[in-house]
Amino acid sequence: MTAVGWLQIALVLGAVLLAAWPLGNYMARIFSSERVSPVEGALFSAAGVDPRSEQTWLVYVMSMLAFNAVGFLVLYGLMRLQGSLPLNPQGFGAVAPDLAFNTAISFVTNTNWQSYGGETTMSHLVQMAGLTVQNFVSAATGIALAVAVTRAFSRSASKSIGNFWVDLTRATLYVLIPLAVVVALAYAVMGVPQTLAGRIDVTTLEGAKQAIALGPVASQEAIKQLGTNGGGFFNANAAHPFENPSAWSNALSIWSMLLIPAAMTFTFGRMIGDRRQGYALLAVMAAFVIAGTAIVYASETAGNPLLVAAGVDASAGNMEGKDIRFGQALTALYVVTTTGLSCGAVNAMHASLTPIGGLVPLFMMQLGEILPGGVGSGLYGMIVMALLAVFVAGLMVGRTPEYLGKKIEAREMKLAMLALLILPFFILGFTAAAAMLPVALASLANAGPHGLTEILYAYSSAAGNNGSAFAGLNANTPWFNTTLALAMLFGRFAYVVPVMAIAGSMVAKPKTTASAGTFPTDGLLFVSLLAAVILILGGLQYFPALALGPIVEHVLMNAGKTF
Amino acid sequence: MTSHLRPAVVLLGAFTILTGIAYPLAMTGIVQIVLPDQANGSMIERGGAIVGSSLIGQPFTSDRYFHPRPSAAGQNGYDAAASSGSNLGPLSAKLLDRVKHDAAELRGGRTAAIPADAVTTSASGLDPHVSPAYADMQVERVAKARGVSPDRVRAVVAGNAAGDDLGIIGEPRINVLELNLALDAALGTGSG
Repeated sequence: MTAVGWLQIALVLGAVLLAAWPLGNYMARIFSSERVSPVEGALFSAAGVDPRSEQTWLVYVMSMLAFNAVGFLVLYGLMRLQGSLPLNPQGFGAVAPDLAFNTAISFVTNTNWQSYGGETTMSHLVQMAGLTVQNFVSAATGIALAVAVTRAFSRSASKSIGNFWVDLTRATLYVLIPLAVVVALAYAVMGVPQTLAGRIDVTTLEGAKQAIALGPVASQEAIKQLGTNGGGFFNANAAHPFENPSAWSNALSIWSMLLIPAAMTFTFGRMIGDRRQGYALLAVMAAFVIAGTAIVYASETAGNPLLVAAGVDASAGNMEGKDIRFGQALTALYVVTTTGLSCGAVNAMHASLTPIGGLVPLFMMQLGEILPGGVGSGLYGMIVMALLAVFVAGLMVGRTPEYLGKKIEAREMKLAMLALLILPFFILGFTAAAAMLPVALASLANAGPHGLTEILYAYSSAAGNNGSAFAGLNANTPWFNTTLALAMLFGRFAYVVPVMAIAGSMVAKPKTTASAGTFPTDGLLFVSLLAAVILILGGLQYFPALALGPIVEHVLMNAGKTF
Repeated sequence: MTSHLRPAVVLLGAFTILTGIAYPLAMTGIVQIVLPDQANGSMIERGGAIVGSSLIGQPFTSDRYFHPRPSAAGQNGYDAAASSGSNLGPLSAKLLDRVKHDAAELRGGRTAAIPADAVTTSASGLDPHVSPAYADMQVERVAKARGVSPDRVRAVVAGNAAGDDLGIIGEPRINVLELNLALDAALGTGSG
C-alpha cells in the first residue's frame, strides 16, 4: 500500500460525495413534485396513467411486476430472434433457450450476470434495444421502489405510497438519461469507442492478423455503471481496454457506479425531513467500503507467496488477472465497490485475487447488497437492516422499537425476516446442491477450496443481483443457467414484495414525535449498532461456508499447497 | 392485471425508443463527428495501413520487438474478439507451472527476480502495457537483435514511458505497440 494509492481512493470517494449531495436533493425534488411536464403528460395519456392518482403498496407492486414481466418477454424474444433481425453485423444466430432465459432474467433483475461473452454472442440490436434498455429501466425500477419505501416513512397515517408509473418515468427521464449522456461523452473523450461497426481486421507489426471487436460501447458503458448493472459489452467487462482505457476512465467508472446509490441516502434524508437519518445510513455504507478496500488493497499488494517463491518480484503485488494501467489501489476500490454495490462490473478477474482479496467481494455481496447496494435496492435493503437494528436495540432496553417515528411491530419484523432469509436460502441451498451434483462440478475450472468458492460466489452474486463472477466457472450450462436465473429472480422480486408490504404497513401508521425514550437513529451509537447487526448477521449466515472456501485457501496458500 | 398491461407495454415501448435506439444512435452520431479517432477504436496507421489500436495489446514474438505480457484471450492470446483473463486461482498448479516455465525462459541463466507483469496474464488478455521493469529487462535482447547499442534502445523506451497525470492518477507503464513503432521509426524497420 502506498500513500498515493490511498490518495487516489480518497479522491474518487470525495468526488462521489461532492456530486451525490446535489443529485440527492434534486431527486428528492423531482419525486416530490406535483407538476407534470408536457413530455410526461404525453407519455401518461398514451399509457392511460393518471399521474395524480396514487397507488397502495399492493397496486404499486403489481404495476412493477407487470412492467418487469413485459420487459422479460420482449428481451427473451429479441435474443431468440436476433438471427433474423437487423443490426447484426457479425451474423450471430439465435441465443440458446436456457442462455436467453438466464440473460433476460439477469438484465430485468438489474443483475447482469453474463453466462456469455458479449462480443461473441449478442448482436448490436440486442445490446442496444434489449440490454441497454433494461439497464435503464431495471435501475429506474430500483429507484422507484426506494422512493416508495421512503414515502412510507415520510407520510403519517396514509394509504398510498406514490405511483409506480410516475416514479419509473421520472427516474428514467430526469435522472438516468441525462447522467448517461454526460458520462457516455466523458467515456468517449477518454477513448471508449462508439460505432456501429462490428469489428476491424488489422495486420500487426509482425504481420499477424488481429480482429478487433468494436461497437457502441460508450453509451452502454455509461448506463451499465450508473445503473449499477454491470453487464459488459465485452467478455472481460471493465477490464477490456475499450470499456476502460485508462486510470481516468477507471476512476470515472467507480464514481459513476457509486453516484446514485450514495445520492439516494441524501434523497431519503431530505424526503423524510431529517437529513441526519440519511447521513447515518451513508456512514455505515462508507465504513464498510473503506474497510473492505483496505483489506483487499493490503492482501493484493502483499501478493501470492507461491509466485514469489518461484522467483517473481514481489513489489508489484498479485498481478494475475489485473491490467497494469489501473494500479492496485483503484483496482481494490473497484473490487469492493462493485460488489458492495450489486453492480458486478469488474476491472480485475476476481477469481485470480488472493484468497483474502477474493473473500471480501464475496462477503460484501452476502451482506445483502446494501453497502451501498444497487440503485434503489441498496437503500430499501439498508432500511430493512435499520428496522432490525432498532428492533435489537428495543429488545435490549425493553421498549417498543421505533424508526423515524413509526412503531415497529411483529408484522413488520416477520416481513423483514422473510426478506432477509430469502438470500441465504438460495445462496446456501443452491451451493450445497451444486457441490454434490456431478453435472455442476463439471463446470469448475479450479480444484480444491477455490472450486467451492467459484460456486458460492456464483449463487451469492445471482441472489444478490450483483452479476460479477469467479469466472473460471463455466456457467453457460443448463444447470447453472436455470438455477442462477431462479436465484436472481427470487433474490430480486421475492425480496421486494415483503419489503413493499412493510412499506404498506408503515405508511398506514401515524408518525409519532420523538420522546425522551426514543432511541435516536442518527448518532454514532446507532451507526455502530447498525454496522454490527449487518456484520454479525452476515457472519452467522455465511462464515461456515467461507471457512471452507477462501479462509482455508488462505491457510493452504501459506502452507505452500497447490491444486 | 390487465389494467397494468397497457402502461407496461406503452412505457416499455417508449423507453425502448428513447434509451435503446435514440440514445445510442445519438451518442454514436455526436461522437463520430466530434471524436472520430476515439469513436472508432483509437487505431494506429503506418504507411496507410492500420497496424492495431493503441488501446489493445497485440502479440510480439520477434527478438527485435518488445514483448507484451502473457495473454489468456482466445486460443493463442491477444484475440481482440475474445477478451478474457485466465481465471486461475492463486493456488492453481496450472498457474504456478505456467509462471515457473515463463520465468525460467525469461531469466535465461540470470538470477534477477522477474517483474510480476512479465509472467502473469492480464484481466482483459489485451493489456497494451508493460511495466518499466519488464521493458528494461528486454532492452538487451532487442538491442542485440537490432545490432545497436542498448543505450539507443533505452532512450526510445524512456521516450515512451508514461506515468501519473497530475501527480496522482495513473501508473508507470509503457505501451508496447507504440514503443515498437517508435523503435522502428528511430532504428529502422530493417529486415534482419
